[in-house]
Amino acid sequence: MADNKDIMGVFADTDTAAEGARQLKSAGFVQDDYDVLTGNPYPEGAFGEHVKPNRLFVFALAGGFVGFAIAFLFTAATQTAFPLVTGGKPILAIPAMMIIMYEMTLLFAMIFTVTGVIFESRLPRPSGAGPVYDTRITLGYIGLIVTTSEDRLEKAEEALKAAGAEDIVRESS
Amino acid sequence: MQDRPTLTPTQINDELLWPVFSFRKRHAVAFIPPMILLMGGVAAVTILIYQGLWVTGLQRPAFWGFFIVNFVFWIGVSHAGTMISAILRLTQAEWKRPITRAAEVMTIFSLVTSLLHPVIHAGRPWRIIYWLIPYDFSRGIWPDVRSPLVWDPIAITTYLTGSILFVFTALIPDFALIRDQSTGLRKKIYGRLALGWRGTPRQWKLQGIFGLLMSALILPVFVSVHSIVSWDFAVSVVPAWHVTVYAPYFVIGAVHSGVSMVLTLMALMRWIFKLENYIWEDHFDAVGRLLIVIATLWLFFFFLDFAYSFYTREEQELAVMERRLFEWPFNAITVIMVFTSYVIPIPLWLSRRVRRNIPLMFWTSILVNIGMWLERYFLIIPAIERKNELTFLWSNYVPSLIESLVVLASFGMVGFLLLLFAKVVPLVPAWEAKEGVIFREDVQFGEVTLPGIIKETEEENVW
Repeated sequence: MADNKDIMGVFADTDTAAEGARQLKSAGFVQDDYDVLTGNPYPEGAFGEHVKPNRLFVFALAGGFVGFAIAFLFTAATQTAFPLVTGGKPILAIPAMMIIMYEMTLLFAMIFTVTGVIFESRLPRPSGAGPVYDTRITLGYIGLIVTTSEDRLEKAEEALKAAGAEDIVRESS
Repeated sequence: MQDRPTLTPTQINDELLWPVFSFRKRHAVAFIPPMILLMGGVAAVTILIYQGLWVTGLQRPAFWGFFIVNFVFWIGVSHAGTMISAILRLTQAEWKRPITRAAEVMTIFSLVTSLLHPVIHAGRPWRIIYWLIPYDFSRGIWPDVRSPLVWDPIAITTYLTGSILFVFTALIPDFALIRDQSTGLRKKIYGRLALGWRGTPRQWKLQGIFGLLMSALILPVFVSVHSIVSWDFAVSVVPAWHVTVYAPYFVIGAVHSGVSMVLTLMALMRWIFKLENYIWEDHFDAVGRLLIVIATLWLFFFFLDFAYSFYTREEQELAVMERRLFEWPFNAITVIMVFTSYVIPIPLWLSRRVRRNIPLMFWTSILVNIGMWLERYFLIIPAIERKNELTFLWSNYVPSLIESLVVLASFGMVGFLLLLFAKVVPLVPAWEAKEGVIFREDVQFGEVTLPGIIKETEEENVW
């Protein structure tokens, strides 16, 4: 929603951050209201969060099909465009075409996979890491970021402070 | 078992990021040898372009000399980088963490270096641009898809693109780390490169899945690239090249030389960047054991290549084999090759004490690479020096100083690029090093404490 604001509690360790998530839940916030920022991966669900399913494999599959189709059309079209019979062999050299189709299938699958990772990671963010971020996160701190309406920001801040947040970062209005 | 230090995130940042934020003497000194080699190469290429290809030892019938030998060698080296990283990721081997990035980056720089060789070999490199851009489509003439020289660039481009994407995407969290720890222009540049990375659980999960998925995609490319490079030779009708075993033989040779190069790189990284807390003796031990298997497989294919020729009993095939085994200088090259790439290192690596001795592992890995470079020479040169019915075409290939300087410069170039890369981003992924600490749990078995790793077991969590 357009009038939602971000507020982030910065926690020094995993236990207080997990407590922060618990406090948020008991204050009436649901999983979709908050997100966790960490400097390295943690086991999934360490902070009570739930990661929604992604469709990365669809990107890889689609890329594979696109690459295969492009390679097939390109190799077939170029050979038929200059139909020179060599040694009585068919115009379309299927085994040779397969090599190019194989490479292009994998090339496009890889390109689409990377596009998929970036897209599914909601990147690139035009605003950079912000609007609410703390550089200590890459030093091992954990950020618990709540996105909610302005009237609930105080409630979120109380919950984060009660759990032992070292700092509270608010989105500038 | 070596003591595995418990590191804090700040300590990991400090130990891995110092080459990016400062330029210490050890890093600067490391630049000197590759730069000297590189300058020699630049001088050699300048002379070659100015004087023409006659300054090389290339002449009828041997037009593929050191340049192509070195091209194949570096393509080979590029293989193990991604192979070792992809296999370790797919098997979720815990010891992959400090190795993957350096191995993948070595892949990219080896590929770039190898691609320079055909360009230099053209003699007039600018003409390559005339051939390629703009391509002469107007007459309806297209690249012949039946030619291995068309498959080769397509395979190499695929591999290079895949490797760059692989490295870049895995670098995003480390770009964010550097962004957060820096100020001014550097912060701005790394901020752009990090694409706004924040480190949400979803982003981390996708990074994990990406590592697995991309490994699965790049492994088939890795196998195909060196197979296709081998078909540059095998699809021709040159005696001793025209063998069906060439594809797997080349692939296993590439893996042998590449994994050895990873070993060399690990030792150098440990010494230059003081990475003792990340690259342990256990890593050398593990790579050493892997190499015993790979080297033995390579030896099997080496003999198989002879078996194919002897089985056909074709006069020309046997003549090349006779040349490889009994005629100077190839007899010496064959002996040095077999000794350096198998007979000396493998019995040494059978000993656990040797595998955990880093200087010894470093020098033996260099030996393997000398051997594997000679293997490419052994495969390529005797076959093209064959004598045909036109006696005026009989000649021997003698490499010139110019070619030798270019070969040495290629080593300088890969080293230089790696050192430069280390100045821009950490060679050991900082986020993976931190992940290793988070997931580590010491397990007590009676009186013994062993390092254990927590793994997520629910299937839905993996994918």
